[in-house]
Amino acid sequence: MTVFATLLDILSWLLLSVGGLFVFVGGIGALRMPDLYTRMHAASVTDSIAPILIIAGIMLQAGLTLASIKLVAILLFLLLTGPTASNALASAALLAGYRPGNAKPLDEEARQ
Amino acid sequence: MELLGLYYYWIFAILLMTGFYAVIAKLNLIKKLLGLSLFQAAVFLLYITMGKVDGGTAPIFADGATEQLFSNPLPQVLILTAIVVGISTTALGLGIVVRIKEEYGSIEEHEILETDRQ
Amino acid sequence: MIVVFGVFLLTLLLITAFAIVRTPNLFVAVMLTGIFSLLLASNFFLLDAADVALTEAAVGAGISTVLFLGALALTAERETAPSSNRLIALLAVSVMVVAIIYATFDKPRFADPDAPVHRHVAPWYLEKTPDAIDIPNVVTAVLGSFRGYDTLGEVFVVYTAGIGVLFLLGKSTARRQEDLDDAPRGLRHYLIPRVVGRMLIPFILLFGLYVQFHGDYGPGGGFQAGALIAASIILYALLEGENRALRVLPRGLLTGLIAGGALLYGAVGVAGMLLGGKFLDYSLLADNPVSGQHVGILLIEAGVGITVTGVLLSIFHAFAARGRF
Repeated sequence: MTVFATLLDILSWLLLSVGGLFVFVGGIGALRMPDLYTRMHAASVTDSIAPILIIAGIMLQAGLTLASIKLVAILLFLLLTGPTASNALASAALLAGYRPGNAKPLDEEARQ
Repeated sequence: MELLGLYYYWIFAILLMTGFYAVIAKLNLIKKLLGLSLFQAAVFLLYITMGKVDGGTAPIFADGATEQLFSNPLPQVLILTAIVVGISTTALGLGIVVRIKEEYGSIEEHEILETDRQ
Repeated sequence: MIVVFGVFLLTLLLITAFAIVRTPNLFVAVMLTGIFSLLLASNFFLLDAADVALTEAAVGAGISTVLFLGALALTAERETAPSSNRLIALLAVSVMVVAIIYATFDKPRFADPDAPVHRHVAPWYLEKTPDAIDIPNVVTAVLGSFRGYDTLGEVFVVYTAGIGVLFLLGKSTARRQEDLDDAPRGLRHYLIPRVVGRMLIPFILLFGLYVQFHGDYGPGGGFQAGALIAASIILYALLEGENRALRVLPRGLLTGLIAGGALLYGAVGVAGMLLGGKFLDYSLLADNPVSGQHVGILLIEAGVGITVTGVLLSIFHAFAARGRF
């Protein structure tokens, strides 16, 4: 019984740490990438894989209670709205005139 | 633990004065409103910080449990009211800024004063 | 662990605040204010203030960002002038910071259960709530019943702000042809946000209603629910166009909601007087005092939610109808 609990603890710690690592990677990518679109691509890591890992880790801690079902609902909401927001941002940037493939971020003169 | 409590209060002081600096030193009206909402947020932080009790939980009675230690509910009630009042004044302020822009053509304070002097 | 979280979140709060004041691009500043509100809400949650965290997230991060963006679209996007009197302002502000930090050394220790603020009235509220009102959420009990008069004042502040913005921005500059037809406007080129948004709007409304009626049992109440329901209608207006949102909730109905919620609150108070008690005395609204308290809190929270929904939507429509979009 305690071995099982310890195993669950270790697994949830692992999931939380890897999820946190992906969030960190996404953050560094959003800072260091050269262009708007590559930055969005890097930041989208925090929208897709990181919530899955983190919420799975928390669900292992919560066990089979109502809290787990609420966490699944939150995860579904995040997975639905995160990529939608990225899509909306990218479409808005395209409509505003930012072209993908520029090596440096556009400033006021280059924006048409 | 002593240092963490003091850290909360120091952050309150710095946030308060950052918002206040934006209100008095910036010339753009919307920047002033943003500074005002920073100022209000710092005050909220102070009150809620003072309400926390060591080992307490949120002041909601759980079913059947006796002898629960709760954090103070009274600052939370006050700050709930204060947040809503803050957003109301911000909305009204933004309405005034929009009207100023329509009448004076600018939302920078020095340009508005210039237009007024003529 | 809470210690580490607290320090981390507070430092992020500070960095965001400096960025808000320093950046000349107002759009960036408004987005950073949304992040600031979310960080503040997380901090409130760490400090055991669940109701306040929900309100700050819904009102600060949600509605406030929308209002600022609406105002930005009607004014300017960049801050063009440098600050004036910078040195004097910096000097004054630094002196004040040092003075306040000096004063904080005399404050009671953080989270001390014997601090003066935890004596006097708060233990009385915590003791009386299970006997007199019998609802689990003490914050709602204090807000709705023990300090109901202050909440009445708050509803009237929201009401006044709604009326004020309607006075300032009520008349549009021109009556455009586009206002009168029913074609979908808004994000009509964006398929994915429209589909996902349309899927989400019923759930946001449902969650708003849940928060409204479960204010007695968990974090929630009228203000948060009003903000959530207004946010769902604003989402609909952003996706499908403001004219369609006005067909869902017309301006006359919104004005009725603004006044109706405050009227409901006042009517509950007067009903207490007419039944023989004092103003806002809920004990007489049902056969026994505790059920009377439940009925009273339910009605006034409904009034609060109705007024907040009406005001926030009216303000949004006032900003949206003003521009030359």
